[in-house]
Amino acid sequence: MVRIEELTFGYGAGGFRLRVPDFTLQDGERVAIVGPSGSGKTTLLNLIAGILTPDQGRIEVAGTEVSNLADAERRKFRASRIGFVFQDFALLDYLPARQNILYPYRITPALILDAEARDRAETLAVACGIGDKLDRHPSELSQGEQQRVAICRALVTKPRLILSDEATGNLDPDSKARILDLLFERAADAGASVLAVTHDHELLPRFGRIVDFAQFREVDAA
Amino acid sequence: MNALFLAFAYLRYHWGRSLVLVLVTALILFVPVATQTLLSTSERALVARGEATPLLLGSRGSQLDLTMAALYFSDERPDPVEMREVETIWNSGLGIPIPVHTAFASSGFRIVGTTLDYFDFRDLTIADGRGLSVLGDAVIGADVAEALGKGVGDSLVSSPENLFDLDGVYPLEMPIVGVLEQTNTPDDQAVFVDIKTAWVIQGIGHGHEDVVTAADIAAGTDALANAAVVQYQRITPDNIESFHFHGSQDDFPASAVIIVPNDTRSATILKGRYLDTEGPSQLIEPAGVIRGLVDRIFRIKALLDGVTAIIAIAAFAAIGLAVFLSYRLRAREIATAVKLGARRGMVLRLLAAETVTLLLLSGGIAAVGAVVTARNAEAWVGWMLALGA
Repeated sequence: MVRIEELTFGYGAGGFRLRVPDFTLQDGERVAIVGPSGSGKTTLLNLIAGILTPDQGRIEVAGTEVSNLADAERRKFRASRIGFVFQDFALLDYLPARQNILYPYRITPALILDAEARDRAETLAVACGIGDKLDRHPSELSQGEQQRVAICRALVTKPRLILSDEATGNLDPDSKARILDLLFERAADAGASVLAVTHDHELLPRFGRIVDFAQFREVDAA
Repeated sequence: MNALFLAFAYLRYHWGRSLVLVLVTALILFVPVATQTLLSTSERALVARGEATPLLLGSRGSQLDLTMAALYFSDERPDPVEMREVETIWNSGLGIPIPVHTAFASSGFRIVGTTLDYFDFRDLTIADGRGLSVLGDAVIGADVAEALGKGVGDSLVSSPENLFDLDGVYPLEMPIVGVLEQTNTPDDQAVFVDIKTAWVIQGIGHGHEDVVTAADIAAGTDALANAAVVQYQRITPDNIESFHFHGSQDDFPASAVIIVPNDTRSATILKGRYLDTEGPSQLIEPAGVIRGLVDRIFRIKALLDGVTAIIAIAAFAAIGLAVFLSYRLRAREIATAVKLGARRGMVLRLLAAETVTLLLLSGGIAAVGAVVTARNAEAWVGWMLALGA
């Protein structure tokens, strides 16, 4: 699903520099990335998603070499192939849950909002246990419910890869495991792989593989 | 469409903020337009009435006060001219003099004592009832009828001029015999009576109500003194014959005299007769006075326009700051949209859709306000001119 070779990326001269010699994520795999804060975990997710472009190296996602795509193609690729789950859910307060789930269709012409997409949003919401809360705004939902909405939003576009950045970081201990299991279940249903950054060590056993990110990090000599 | 959908959703959810922005922007757009409309209409109304009044004779003093009193029935009280001036004009054969006496009021509306010529001169038509025919009759303007809820068959009482005027006359009760058609001029706000009725209100003319009638004397009834005070006087068929005026009518007052000259030559001759600046009277052309007033108003308007522009710039800057801060607060949302695959252009389109929607709503409200103002400008200006009076 994801193949990275000899990747290097830096935020300007003398700043943080990331180097990933080799990394692979298989289809359907669930991989956790752990490491200290500031080690570049989120940067790696942004590189895989095509939000950032590497200085050197190659990133291939679902058979597409992301690092070679033009800006517009990268956005289209990201919208259609990748789902994001954020630590702070990143829901829009002014949209009800249903419209938050369908939000990717509202912001990119690469996705067509049709009846099938609406049905899929409804089905996902029911599967995530928020089928009766689709008309509520985020402020009317609990933290766990908000993250379920965010998971539905990540999956509604039928992505091949879910990138999760501390998705359980804002949840209480009881909810963390439930939300993560839910993410895995729904991703498995959709046939999507999951690459998750996490600091929750108690959740690590639920992943198929754990990557210690410290091994990818190096400090620029300058 | 998606940008509009999201823009509407955002504005609807944050309706309080949106409402304030829309109303403030609408006000900024509406106020200058409405001011311009009302001022233009005022100018037209003022100039039109001034130009429709060829010459005005009055006591020497403020030409503006004289014009405002005679044309707009204002509260200004120019010194009255004597009715002998009316006779002089009549006798000259150079024009038709129409006296107007505007010294009194009833229920907040000015009583205009005049002659029947005034109705022909102003082309006033009776909507209900009849014109003035008997001493004491009153014909009221359309706005007076509406404001007081009165019509033919009701009556009005002249307002006392001074609570402590112990030697003053009683207020006069006047039957309303007619209501005028709406004209959107100060005539709508006036109570018209014959000038002799105005003199009765002033106490120059009066009637007598006998305490003891001839029949009482014949019946041997004793006269009985009574301390009851009559609250106002009325002119009735029974007592109208007893009304009379003391002194010469030549000495009776009028606030001003409108003169309709026969032709330009007559007007020129008349103006020449009142050129003496030492004389007690002056003959003016109201149009010139009104144009001077309008010029002053528009000089003030230019200043107001400057103030309005500064306030508008400040308000737009405040709105711009509010919108900018709003966008700053939404930086996270914008970042999320970009991560999910949105182009930066899409985000800008979304923000632009919100701004344009706000401006369209504001513009719509301002436009409706402007249309309402334009449609009612004449009526409002007529009312304001009368109110200002």
